[in-house]
Amino acid sequence: MSTTTTNAPGAGAPGKRKAPAGEKVADWADGRLGIYTLAKANMRKIFPDHWSFMLGEIALYSFIIIILTGVYLTLFFTPSMGEIEYHGSYVPMHGVVMSEAYASTLDISFDVRGGLLIRQIHHWGALIFIAAMLMHMMRVFFTGAFRKPRELNWMFGFLLLILGMFTGLTGYSLPDDLLSGTGIRFMHGAILSTPVVGTYVAMFLFGGEFPGHDIIPRFFAIHVLLLPGIMLGLLTAHLILVFYHKHTQWAGPGKTNKNVVGMPLLPVYMAKAGGFFFLVFGVIAMIAATFTINPIWVLGPYRPDQVSTNAQPDWYMGFPEGLIRFMPGWEINIWGHTLVMGVFIPLMLLPVVLTAIAVYPFVESWVTGDKREHHILDRPRNVPTRTGFGAAWIAAYLVLLIGGGNDVVAQFFHLSINAITWFVRIGFFVVPVLTFIITKRICLGLQRKDREKVLHGRESGIIKRLPHGEFIEVHEPLAQEDLHTLTAHEQYRPTEIGPDTDEHGVRRKVGPVEKLRARLSKGYYGEDAQIAKPTAEEYKEITSGHGHH
Amino acid sequence: MSSETGSHGTGSDEIVPENEKLPGEHGHQGHSVAVLDEDPFADPGLPPHEHRVQDIDERAARRSERTVALLFTVSMLATVAFIASYVAFPIDKIVYVWPLGHVSALNLSLGLSLGMALFCIGAAAVHWARTLMSDVEIADERHPIEAEPEVKQKVLADFRQGAEESQLGRRKLVRHTMLGALTLLPLSGLVLLRDLGPLPGTKMRHTAWKKGKLLINENTNEPLKPEDIVVGSLAFAKPEGLEREDHDFATEIAKAALMLVRIEPDDIKDKRSLDWSHEGILAYSKICTHVGCPVSLYEQQTHHVLCPCHQSTFDLSDGARVLFGPAGHPLPQLKISVNKDGYLEAQGDFAEPVGPAFWERG
Repeated sequence: MSTTTTNAPGAGAPGKRKAPAGEKVADWADGRLGIYTLAKANMRKIFPDHWSFMLGEIALYSFIIIILTGVYLTLFFTPSMGEIEYHGSYVPMHGVVMSEAYASTLDISFDVRGGLLIRQIHHWGALIFIAAMLMHMMRVFFTGAFRKPRELNWMFGFLLLILGMFTGLTGYSLPDDLLSGTGIRFMHGAILSTPVVGTYVAMFLFGGEFPGHDIIPRFFAIHVLLLPGIMLGLLTAHLILVFYHKHTQWAGPGKTNKNVVGMPLLPVYMAKAGGFFFLVFGVIAMIAATFTINPIWVLGPYRPDQVSTNAQPDWYMGFPEGLIRFMPGWEINIWGHTLVMGVFIPLMLLPVVLTAIAVYPFVESWVTGDKREHHILDRPRNVPTRTGFGAAWIAAYLVLLIGGGNDVVAQFFHLSINAITWFVRIGFFVVPVLTFIITKRICLGLQRKDREKVLHGRESGIIKRLPHGEFIEVHEPLAQEDLHTLTAHEQYRPTEIGPDTDEHGVRRKVGPVEKLRARLSKGYYGEDAQIAKPTAEEYKEITSGHGHH
Repeated sequence: MSSETGSHGTGSDEIVPENEKLPGEHGHQGHSVAVLDEDPFADPGLPPHEHRVQDIDERAARRSERTVALLFTVSMLATVAFIASYVAFPIDKIVYVWPLGHVSALNLSLGLSLGMALFCIGAAAVHWARTLMSDVEIADERHPIEAEPEVKQKVLADFRQGAEESQLGRRKLVRHTMLGALTLLPLSGLVLLRDLGPLPGTKMRHTAWKKGKLLINENTNEPLKPEDIVVGSLAFAKPEGLEREDHDFATEIAKAALMLVRIEPDDIKDKRSLDWSHEGILAYSKICTHVGCPVSLYEQQTHHVLCPCHQSTFDLSDGARVLFGPAGHPLPQLKISVNKDGYLEAQGDFAEPVGPAFWERG
């Protein structure tokens, strides 16, 4: 045995290869974290490629950007409603009495170098975050990616959207400027409308009467700690499930419900997804550099007796704003109590509108009774009823957005604000129904077109004259890949309740729930709700019979 | 199972087996294949890989490499530019940049350089992945999420054993008292929330207005006289003694804010409204009865006042009746008169709670 050190690198037994430094670190970590086992399943994990799959990535990256910039902002922001006289760099506000929250936001904007940029990245990031979540959710909805086994992940995503909205609300309220204070005032009024407990909840939340001295510090804790903490947990669960379920994919040659076709995480997705983070961050930084958002110095500090016109919340709060604006001012007084229907009904409609889309996966799986896993995405046209429902939901959302900005719309288009409000009042009920019908028809038309294409081929644009003088357009048959892709979707058949009597001639009992389900199933998959896709026999008959045309 | 899937025009009697949790996309491999000699819609399998120009032409690949390297280099330069801007531009320097207008030089330069530094890294990585990394598609197997029946049996057996060993089912006393303790415990947390705020009491029924309090002009901070308010104008007032520097100014003004207009007495339609006015000067709460925004857009010809938040419209000549919008009741009116020195004064507090309606409002 050598007396010198035996632990020195390269002092191992002869013939043993020298492990590189990286491998040694990995060995160390593996001995404690089991990283090799983790990496075995995930390092070369396959991710399918499609542009629509990156909407969720935008949401994820903007969330990270918001956290990074948010931490920076907390270093300078004072969440206090204590009042001071301003003497900072922004001369027009000199001598104005304002809360420390507002003053410190002015300081971030005018005294901290780069503070304004980070504030604007933070705010733009929030707007993009929620827009991306909504778009991502629409992608998942319209392609049926929420079906088993992903229903719970749909719910996680839905909760992230709701929490994101409230994190946004509590965040843009923090500067205590005239606009956001008005938003808090609105929230206070909405809480007050709650029967029985509203007054108490408002007193407890605000630490007394409006506005009091507590709401900004309390919103601060909710905005920087409580909600992002929950969201971080949900997001982790969301991503773990994405990995665990493996990503969905579009139908196509070689793609089945039992495989996932794409490129491996290392290196392609590491580079693409990692690079995409920088792209999203870069674009948001450039937007923040060039487009001013929430110029609180123009608005002035909040005072409950002052207001600015064109008071608009951030866009994602536009649809609750629409609900509150289109509602007639119904107020009922009974036995010395006031039921503020004009505010409370919109307040209750908000969760109804959101829940309608949240519980949809469970409704659809109940209607189909399908218990299988689905990993192949639906083309929206192939599920007209679902697509119609989603489009109707978006239509209702957009009508409410118009309602939420009725003053802006009225000014911009020189319309009567009363007319717009009435349009929203009626449109909220009528437009979604029309959208549903129209969307369904478009889907059916597209299905017919697909059927036509499969059976008769693609229009080639070549006009041929037949011997007897007739002109026809030559149709080219589709390639096997296209034939497969266009016919890969499954078509459900509607549920049938069955005969009224059983085999012994005894009347069967069919509950109302079962009847409803049968009716829904007919609406979804009945003759009027889908076009039968071409069968192999039909195809053979046409192609073998008299050539293709 | 009531909804079956009729896939690919196979026989209508095809039923998906109950235990088939991961069906292949195509039902043709089954019995229906016998009918057809060949399925025209069968999956042809993954198409062969098509080479990119970089895969076959090393010069193209080198061009890609140089593009990626260039993007990384631009990013480095942009970071240097970021630091340089941070040092070079004073924070208050405003420059004119077309088409943005007058903007902060520091904000613009920091944002653009940071954005460029980030964007170029992203663009480089994506270009690298798209042109140089392998783009051969690989198929991975999926496995059912659900456990195999044996696994499920084992887990259920383990659970039964564990539950049995705990004796939770047998020792009812333990179970009930445990549930009781765990149910009661959260009450402590709930009780702790009590001091979040005071109970409402009658706080929301009172404002800072009292009999004899002068109406102070919000703009001049001087007591108002009737002649200060001319027909067609809108004035804002606060109660005497309430100062901006007061600790509770915001909370008090949120209820006491007052809006004064003068309307020819003949034009005042509401009898009580006329009685509570002074020479046609009407004092209304400025706080909207919808959700509490300050109403402030006055249309002097029609005497309508509009809340800019949700467009509730009130007719000030008719007891502030709601004409349009989501507000549920009129703006409360403050009874005013003139004191011996000729200044406007309140005749008392508002007769009803101001601001948004609430359950106890009545």
